[in-house]
Amino acid sequence: MENIIQSIKNLSIGFKSKKGDEISILRNVTTNIKKGETVGIVGESGSGKSTLALAMMGYVKQGLYTIKGECLYKSSNLLKMKSRDLEKIRGRKIAMIPQNAGQSLTPNLKIGYQIDEALSLHTSLNKTERNNKISELLNKVRLPSPDTMAFRYPHELSGGQQQRVAVAMALAGRPDLLLLDEPTTGLDVTTQAHVLELLRSIAKDTETSMVYVSHDLGAIAQVSDRIIVMYAGEIVLEGPARSILKNPIHPYTFGLLKSIPKLSLAGLPGSMPGSQPQPGSIGIGCSFYDRCSIAEEKCKKNSPNLEYVSELKTNVRCFNYKNLEKFNYKISSSNQKINVKKEINQILNLTDVSISYAKQKLLDQIFNKISDTNPTVKDINIEVKKGETIALVGESGSGKSTILKSIAGLLRTKDGKIKFKNDRELSSNLKNRDSNDLRAIQLIFQNPDESLNPNHTVEQILSQPLKLYFGLNGEKLRKNIIELLQKVRLGEFYMTRYPRQLSGGEKQRVAVARAFAAKPDIILCDEVTSALDVSVQAAVLNLLQNLKEDLGTTYIFVSHDLAVVRAISDRVAVLYQGRLCEIGPSKNVYQFPSHPYTEVLLGAVLEPDPDIKPKLVAEDIVEEKPPEKGCSFQGRCPKILGDQCKNETPPWQIGDNGNAIRCHIPLKDLKKQQLS
Amino acid sequence: MNLNKLSKEKQKNVFSKILEVFKTMASKPSGFIGLFILVFHVLLAILSPYLAPYDYKAIDPTLMLQAPSSEYWFGTDSLGRDVFTRTIMGGRTALTITFFGSLIALLWGGLLGIFCGLVGGRIDDVVMRIVDAFLSIPWILAMLLIVSLLGTSIEVLIPALGFFYGKGIVRVARAATHDVIAKDFIVSARARGHGNMSIIWNEIIPNVRDAILVEGAMRWSWMLLGFSSLSFLGFGVSPPTPDWGLMISNARGLMSFAYWSVIAPIVGLSSLIIGINLTADAFAKALGIDRSTKAPV
Repeated sequence: MENIIQSIKNLSIGFKSKKGDEISILRNVTTNIKKGETVGIVGESGSGKSTLALAMMGYVKQGLYTIKGECLYKSSNLLKMKSRDLEKIRGRKIAMIPQNAGQSLTPNLKIGYQIDEALSLHTSLNKTERNNKISELLNKVRLPSPDTMAFRYPHELSGGQQQRVAVAMALAGRPDLLLLDEPTTGLDVTTQAHVLELLRSIAKDTETSMVYVSHDLGAIAQVSDRIIVMYAGEIVLEGPARSILKNPIHPYTFGLLKSIPKLSLAGLPGSMPGSQPQPGSIGIGCSFYDRCSIAEEKCKKNSPNLEYVSELKTNVRCFNYKNLEKFNYKISSSNQKINVKKEINQILNLTDVSISYAKQKLLDQIFNKISDTNPTVKDINIEVKKGETIALVGESGSGKSTILKSIAGLLRTKDGKIKFKNDRELSSNLKNRDSNDLRAIQLIFQNPDESLNPNHTVEQILSQPLKLYFGLNGEKLRKNIIELLQKVRLGEFYMTRYPRQLSGGEKQRVAVARAFAAKPDIILCDEVTSALDVSVQAAVLNLLQNLKEDLGTTYIFVSHDLAVVRAISDRVAVLYQGRLCEIGPSKNVYQFPSHPYTEVLLGAVLEPDPDIKPKLVAEDIVEEKPPEKGCSFQGRCPKILGDQCKNETPPWQIGDNGNAIRCHIPLKDLKKQQLS
Repeated sequence: MNLNKLSKEKQKNVFSKILEVFKTMASKPSGFIGLFILVFHVLLAILSPYLAPYDYKAIDPTLMLQAPSSEYWFGTDSLGRDVFTRTIMGGRTALTITFFGSLIALLWGGLLGIFCGLVGGRIDDVVMRIVDAFLSIPWILAMLLIVSLLGTSIEVLIPALGFFYGKGIVRVARAATHDVIAKDFIVSARARGHGNMSIIWNEIIPNVRDAILVEGAMRWSWMLLGFSSLSFLGFGVSPPTPDWGLMISNARGLMSFAYWSVIAPIVGLSSLIIGINLTADAFAKALGIDRSTKAPV
């Protein structure tokens, strides 16, 4: 028992409702954190995982209070400690790394000063020792040129670098326990893989215990020794990472793993019905009862206890976990995609499209032209066939959303043509498009919280396009709205609800319904699933696929998540710095040979499998501006040939399987390098 | 028929929403007190002609500066008029003028602010600089100029006050619009091809309405104070109409020996302003707007 750092016993945290009822957010959580161990806490939003992590620091959010139980750090209960005693522990013994480092660093203080502050608070070093320590810490988190880094301001760093500084600050007090609350969620794929690898190696080197909270099983799989799965404020499954990921014996975890799209599988992931119960609405039975596929009568009335399964060293909260195997489910199966009959007709054609964000000079403004030698997006040639799903993939700053905005007419193009249906040119200015063209192209946004007017009911939201394009009103309008709601599997009673009364998945369904209300030919999907929980994401992807099969709509799908793209798209276009790198049928893009950038992206994908480790091929530098000439990827390319790549725009090479790659390296060599 | 039912349902919905807001306002002591004072004053303004024990303009030299007694509750003033009568009637004009003034301020300030926030660019720049320029003019001097040129009739006072108190609302409405304008639902409406007017009406107004209403309620109390100041200076209502500002002005020289003739209108005026302020604050809280973090600009 000596090596237990923190133990949580029977912890329940909750709040009092307006009626005076006690509503728990955490229910009877018991667990121990051992020395040098990394524990991953996984769960969907609202599962209580962040509340648990904060309680480990002795912090309970305002409005919440400890109902019962304790949180022991070296036999003293943090939740009952005076704030003066807590100060001695926080930062020094238990440190926290927040989700968004950019917001947690003070913007007007230099990095070095902020780390120095942490050092002087938590250690007794003198000034010169502290200065040495700062560069040592910056070195440890592998920031480039640590000596000059200390004199920079947070805004001069990229997101990944800011997160590294946050790690350095947390390490300043040499804590025994490091709490990480979704530390890589806002980062790009490649950066995320790098930060995770850093955390892993720090945990190993310093024997610091870590608690890693995330909704992303892929990230958890990479860092954790042990995984705790939370559902509706309870631990439903707890055990060694390997056995949880390979052999998830709780139906929720099983469903969760099944609903994650995987690179190795084409086709859509299976989705779980329903959504997590709200705190307060949890009945006497098992909290997962409503969504469970193997539930029985007894699950409705009794809540199962955690049961220890010795062969897997796992605790599970389920009565009939043994039955799960009987059903002979396999995680590695997916819904088959029915291929919609593709027509040869092009519906949209982008030729040599360039888009510039540069501010116009006065003279150019007068002559109404845009002059910028190095535009943000350049030379985009994409043909979209009717009925297909084409995905634009890339990290932030790759110009994928920019292209989408231009197609929607929200952003003017600098050069090039956007042709729509029978080679008719579309103006990139919204005002010059007629109402039928506007109707034909609809947008779905990333975050339904922002894309739905919070002061409109679902009925009002859906009636907007119907009134605008079809002039419907009265009974007809109502009928159409109900039809639309049925299409996205929502009941009629949703009409009078406001967005705030809906869950994340329901909101996105309403947004999908609004897009389909216009009976569009093309729907532009801008990261439509990245703000959603995993199980909801799978459901929305399936919905989009079904609607497409029924209505033959064309999707242009923008995402940074390669696994999601693999699941939904027919063709993929990979973008870097606003330039196309590779384009081709989706199954071929995921095979070698591929563009070096695609390789980097594929290597960084985190799979919820302890056997698949990300491959870190290139540095995670963030480039602000595309290079003036040569290949767009020259700055980060691990296979760079030399001057050729820096000066000449690489040619398009067509691979044997039909994907086009823009690289100077001959495809044969590329394939050989990538397969070895 | 079904539609009729639906729209009726909607009306009911709005009504219950307003009732809900009032309930929340009254649930806190400060909100309850504010609402109580405000309702009291409004009722008094409506009913005072029937409640007044004496004629407000009846002058009687024999009754000059009588101290409060059972006959004259608040005493009498230097012309022998009953202070109680004049006090309960003294809010009528001020309340009416400032209420309509605030409505005008809300309307033009709110709409212009939303428009500037939505359109942005050069038009926004020019309009906002003009608003800034007006903000830098001491309003009371400008008001005095207008009133001395055009007279002190209601037709002059209401629009003039409405104009001067609307400038601040422009800024608030513009800032509130800026918060909304970046959201995707506006982009979505644009991409669908809605016009500016439709976007303002359907998408923006429902989201900035609350902020502007609260600001308008706040401006009302300031305008009340402003209007009373005008009366005090002799540019508001003309005698013998009972008005608190005017009453304070007339009686202020006699404060040392006939305090009652000053105190009654002062209590009337300040209680009304406090009432409006408390109500506006409770209103903001009931709508979920925190005035402590969003100070008026």
